[in-house]
Amino acid sequence: MRRLGYGDRTMVIAIYFLLVLLAFTTFYPFWNALVISFNEGKDTALGGITFWPRAWTLDNYDTVFKDKRLVGAFSVTIMRTIVGTITSIIATSILAYGMTKRELIGRKFYMVVCIITMYFGGGLIPTYLLIRGIGLDNSFWVYIIPSLISVWNMIIFRTFFNGLPDGLQESAKIDGCGNWGTYFRIVLPLSGPVIATLALFTAVYHWNEWFLPSIYITNENLIPIQTLLQQVLNTNVITANTSALDTASQAILGRMQSITSKSLSMAIMMVATVPIVCVYPFVQRFFVKGVLIGSLKE
Amino acid sequence: MSQLTINKETVKVKKPTNNFKRFLRQWDIQLMVIPALIVIFIFSYIPMYGVLTAFKNYNIIKGFMDSPWVGFKYFEQFFNSPDFSRVMRNTVIVSLLKFFIGFPAPILLALMLNEVRHMFFKRFVQTVSYLPYFLSWVIVAGFFTSMLATDNGSVNIALEKANLINEPINFLSVPEYFWTILITANVWKDIGFASIVYLAAIAGVDPHLYEAAEMDGASKFKQMFLITVPSIMPVIIIFMILAMGNLLNAGFEDILLLGVNPLLREVTDVLDTYVYRTGIQNGRYAYATAIGLFKAVISVGMLILANYFARRSGNSLW
Repeated sequence: MRRLGYGDRTMVIAIYFLLVLLAFTTFYPFWNALVISFNEGKDTALGGITFWPRAWTLDNYDTVFKDKRLVGAFSVTIMRTIVGTITSIIATSILAYGMTKRELIGRKFYMVVCIITMYFGGGLIPTYLLIRGIGLDNSFWVYIIPSLISVWNMIIFRTFFNGLPDGLQESAKIDGCGNWGTYFRIVLPLSGPVIATLALFTAVYHWNEWFLPSIYITNENLIPIQTLLQQVLNTNVITANTSALDTASQAILGRMQSITSKSLSMAIMMVATVPIVCVYPFVQRFFVKGVLIGSLKE
Repeated sequence: MSQLTINKETVKVKKPTNNFKRFLRQWDIQLMVIPALIVIFIFSYIPMYGVLTAFKNYNIIKGFMDSPWVGFKYFEQFFNSPDFSRVMRNTVIVSLLKFFIGFPAPILLALMLNEVRHMFFKRFVQTVSYLPYFLSWVIVAGFFTSMLATDNGSVNIALEKANLINEPINFLSVPEYFWTILITANVWKDIGFASIVYLAAIAGVDPHLYEAAEMDGASKFKQMFLITVPSIMPVIIIFMILAMGNLLNAGFEDILLLGVNPLLREVTDVLDTYVYRTGIQNGRYAYATAIGLFKAVISVGMLILANYFARRSGNSLW
């Protein structure tokens, strides 16, 4: 390799410096939140916690895992993520498979019906009135049914299915498989990468989504963790400059004196983040491909 | 070969000409698509029809059908309200900031990553920078409020240690800082993930071009701007067009979660949050629907405009 000139060397050094800075600023907020979550709340309030915990404790996590409301919120989130992801991936991929059939009557019309929803929608209020109108509010199913079909994912699935060799499906047909049989026995088992990618994104959506429950759910037993966390953080911000703890986190704090709403919310944040941090490196190699298919649409 | 043609013809003769009969015969594939389309119809098309709420004096007891028509009353109300200029100003400014900073940032990151020759370092930076994309806005806003907090926020600690300030600043209650924080949070969250597509495009550039340029004595910097950037221009243009179609989406979750403090109202009200506040929180359904529709109409206009530009550049969206 040719030796770099003076200007080039400066540029390369600047780039490395900027990238290190980027990596640091991306990583540090996690680290700091993690450190605070392991530090005693009262001690944290004195300030100066940056890279290491000063008064190590597990009390914050102890409180999180013992609080009924928090544990309930976690179970709702887990249920929602599992049920939502499985049903959505199955329903969407079946639709996509049907749409790959050239002989399907009305195929063009169906496609237009789907595509229009990508560009137009009723907006927040008409959707809200509909969901309330059909009584889906305050029901677990509000998490599952409205997001069952994703047109975007359908197009990605369809592109993938179209790329599968025709011969396989034909031979399945000769062996006596119907369309449903072909889908379940041939197409689905061959679609590992695309299913992994889209399932990851769907699961992340369900895990992270907090807005739906904040407007549709009043039943505390159905509130997922992100929404609960949002309520706790929200009240924290407003009362940031007063010493009084807000009611939302006070209810959770109860008797434990060494825990403050800050240390507690950091612990909740960590518990809500860690599952994603753990899952995503495994699926990372798939999603680059998935994103590329997605950006190529049609 | 000839047998195959004969077979095809016999099939054709047997095919019932009646579309309805053919439809019944393929009930198994129709069963794959129709239930899904019903779901789409209910949750996407009924709300589209529900947009007519904007022209009605909506009454929750009477319901959608029986509420009386009022024409453009709610649109006029919005245009004449003192909120109008503030909401529009914030929407336009935040959208433009996101477009001019949030759009080029991942391209810049991809260009920088492309210069990195140490594969381990490159992969490390990529992996770290993707991660925030997978976090919810609740968490991201939590990180930012924690970083910027007056009690023990790392930013205030750093500024104090550097002797730049004496008193901690309550960043999230000062309107002047809000847009900067909002854009920073957006770039922080999305930069790594958005750079994937550009990196893939860069990977497809013919390496001979660089070799030739090097022979001619082009510096790295020149190679970047004379080879890499022009080579990925089509991808940049497609994404720019997509971003244009989105231009009025100043944001919703990010503003809702970072702009909690009522002191910030002056700078946080954008069309989407205003719809939420007036509609869901204050229950003025018809008024909020009208504003949502107003936004949708402009957005569609921009989408068509964007597609017009796209066609001229040969990258049409539809």
